[in-house]
Amino acid sequence: MNIEKTSNTLLKEFGPQLATWSRRELAWMAFWGIIFLGGLYALYVQVTEGHIVTGMRDHVIWGVYIVNFIFFIGISYAGAVIAGLLHLFNPEWRKPIMRMATLMTVISIIIGPLYILLCIGRLDRLHYLFMYPRLQSPIVWDVIAVITFLVGALLFLYLLAIRDFAILSRSPEVMAPWRRKLYSFFSAGFINTRMQRRDLNLALTVLSFILIPTVVIVSSVLSWIFGMTLRPGWHSTIFGPYFVLAAIYTGTGVLVLIMWAFRKLQKLEAYIQERHFVYLGYMLVALAAGYGYFTFSEYLTDWYTSEKWNAELIHRLMALDQYGYMFYFANFAGILIPIILIGIPKFRSINTITFSAAILVLAMWFKRYLIIVPTLETPLIPMQDTRLEYIHYTATWVEWSLTAAGIAMFFLMFKLASKFVPIVPIWETSEMIEKEKKTAAEATPATPTTQTSLS
Amino acid sequence: MDKDTSKRRNFLRAGVALGLATVAPALSRGAAELLGEAAADDAAAGTGNTVKLLSPTGEIVEVDASELKLDTHDHASTMARNVTGREGIEGRKFVMVIDLGRCRNARKCVTACQKMHHIPEDKEWLQVKLMKDNDNAAPYWFPKTCFHCDNPPCVKVCPVDATFKRSDGLVLIDNDRCIGCKFCMAACPYSTRVFNWGEPEIIEPTTCPPYSPETSTPSKHSTVEKCDFCPDMVREGKLPDCVTSCPNGVFYFGDENEDTVTNGSETVRFSALLKEKSGYRFMEDLGTKPRVYYLPPSSRMFPVERGFKNLTPEVKERFKDIQ
Repeated sequence: MNIEKTSNTLLKEFGPQLATWSRRELAWMAFWGIIFLGGLYALYVQVTEGHIVTGMRDHVIWGVYIVNFIFFIGISYAGAVIAGLLHLFNPEWRKPIMRMATLMTVISIIIGPLYILLCIGRLDRLHYLFMYPRLQSPIVWDVIAVITFLVGALLFLYLLAIRDFAILSRSPEVMAPWRRKLYSFFSAGFINTRMQRRDLNLALTVLSFILIPTVVIVSSVLSWIFGMTLRPGWHSTIFGPYFVLAAIYTGTGVLVLIMWAFRKLQKLEAYIQERHFVYLGYMLVALAAGYGYFTFSEYLTDWYTSEKWNAELIHRLMALDQYGYMFYFANFAGILIPIILIGIPKFRSINTITFSAAILVLAMWFKRYLIIVPTLETPLIPMQDTRLEYIHYTATWVEWSLTAAGIAMFFLMFKLASKFVPIVPIWETSEMIEKEKKTAAEATPATPTTQTSLS
Repeated sequence: MDKDTSKRRNFLRAGVALGLATVAPALSRGAAELLGEAAADDAAAGTGNTVKLLSPTGEIVEVDASELKLDTHDHASTMARNVTGREGIEGRKFVMVIDLGRCRNARKCVTACQKMHHIPEDKEWLQVKLMKDNDNAAPYWFPKTCFHCDNPPCVKVCPVDATFKRSDGLVLIDNDRCIGCKFCMAACPYSTRVFNWGEPEIIEPTTCPPYSPETSTPSKHSTVEKCDFCPDMVREGKLPDCVTSCPNGVFYFGDENEDTVTNGSETVRFSALLKEKSGYRFMEDLGTKPRVYYLPPSSRMFPVERGFKNLTPEVKERFKDIQ
């Protein structure tokens, strides 16, 4: 069978990448490893001395930790939606990027909640969340949501990888015996019978149908931590859908960045092609439009009616000596740049799409900062405090170090995962290559342009 | 002053013991005073006398004092009987009225509260703000306790039942339960709650009572604290320290069921006070239903400027935007 043949070729290409570490990769690991260790030290300081080492104080009780929490969780949800939708709509081109999307989902859903733990003063009492949970609390909703989602995401990642595990377990030339044994265990007896293929596909379809609405639910639940409070800028009925869109928007941007990075790092130009960037780019434009609409509508209603605290908050956000620059960057650059650079065909290329993605991901991080910090700096009762650190939040080195550690963890886990499973799924990519060859052969004079000309 | 205090204590104590609270609506002012005095005299004199009491049907009856079970528990027995502090004091519905017309920012309430709870100077469970509602409005001093809301946003969001609403209206925190997520602080619209960001400083730790949600002290690191209406004092028949320390009688504390509040020197009908002086609740439109009522800063006893006298530079600095 041709697919087998192609997958053997791919295996020859990816196999060595799985089994060995290049010098560049080791340097990469070392770099992020050091940053991660720095974060561990910061964590040690925070745990021993208490939250006093952070910039958080009685008014701004949450800071960059919760910003990172929303950020990573958002990325994760996006990965699941993209993977789920792509699986359901079933376009052939999706196949090489499915692994990245699902890995992104699982890795960020592991990192995100770590940040909420950093916001908790008494980690020694964490088990109380399970001993004395109160269903009225949006935090408990979130605990349930995240755990449910984590299980679903892990299952999805695993089911999508089963075929590759089967291939890898039968590759004596590249894999050490112990690794083949491990792969064989994970392949769960998959030998590519018709029934197995059918069952696997059915399982993935069912899981997609479960995961996509789950994302909507868990994203909304996340937003309700804020939406359920009597705070200007938080207490908003559109916060649920707003967070859903924001999450998918950010995550799609991150996926573009990951594709770009691995394409360069592992020379995957033949598999991660321009069309992948372009299709995700289209998605970004649509999401930017939708997200921009929500943003406009959210700020317009607050600004127009000018209820006391909303007006105060809007002023704080827009004043250039306060959050103005961040506000304009997050809400204009982060929405308009992708629309212009990707939306107008003349500007559209892998590099501009990646650049737009980088801008919007950064903008979305700042956007979360703008949601959290200025609102907390605008209490309903005047602060009348003279302690500067209580009036105005500034993150400390501990918080920045732990933020960097989260990013480091993301890269480290991604790299480690890519050493265990190929970052481009072997089986499905072979399938795609074969199918496209077939269609190309049927439409005689046409050549598979997309594959060769764009790399 | 001392005599007043002891009378009031006995009055409250008798109230606790007899469960008069439930029949309070039928009580006229005169009857309440009569009853209060009688109960107080009895508690002071011991047994052997008859006491006039109000029956559940609204009649005044006389009973022998020896038949009364006056609750004379001390702090230790409170602890033993109600270890968790999660049960409210039966039949009570605590309420506070703050008369803004009397406040001159003497800040005795703030320091008394800090002393009583062994908390340092920079931690204020009770704050005095300087409010100015609009450009033309006259500024006024605004003492702010926890409002012990009947629809408390903080209690709703607590994931582990560390902060809770009791049957006597109080919203308390169990610092042995609190995981320090600070969600309650985000939820409270009145910035009432404070967090122990580092190891808490405990002033005069040797005299600290044992911890219970009712004493709220000693502070515990990385947990949330706030004004608790001093239920441990109430159990001993005493008023919260903010009430007794105020030189101008700004704070009235009492029981909504009994329809009685006192500021230490005068005891008045709660409903009548609200009616006569147009009592209101702060930010009523938030729907939190506070148990703290304010009397508007009309017919003031002091000009607002009096409040700037004898302030430390740090405290004075706080009000620079309004001054």
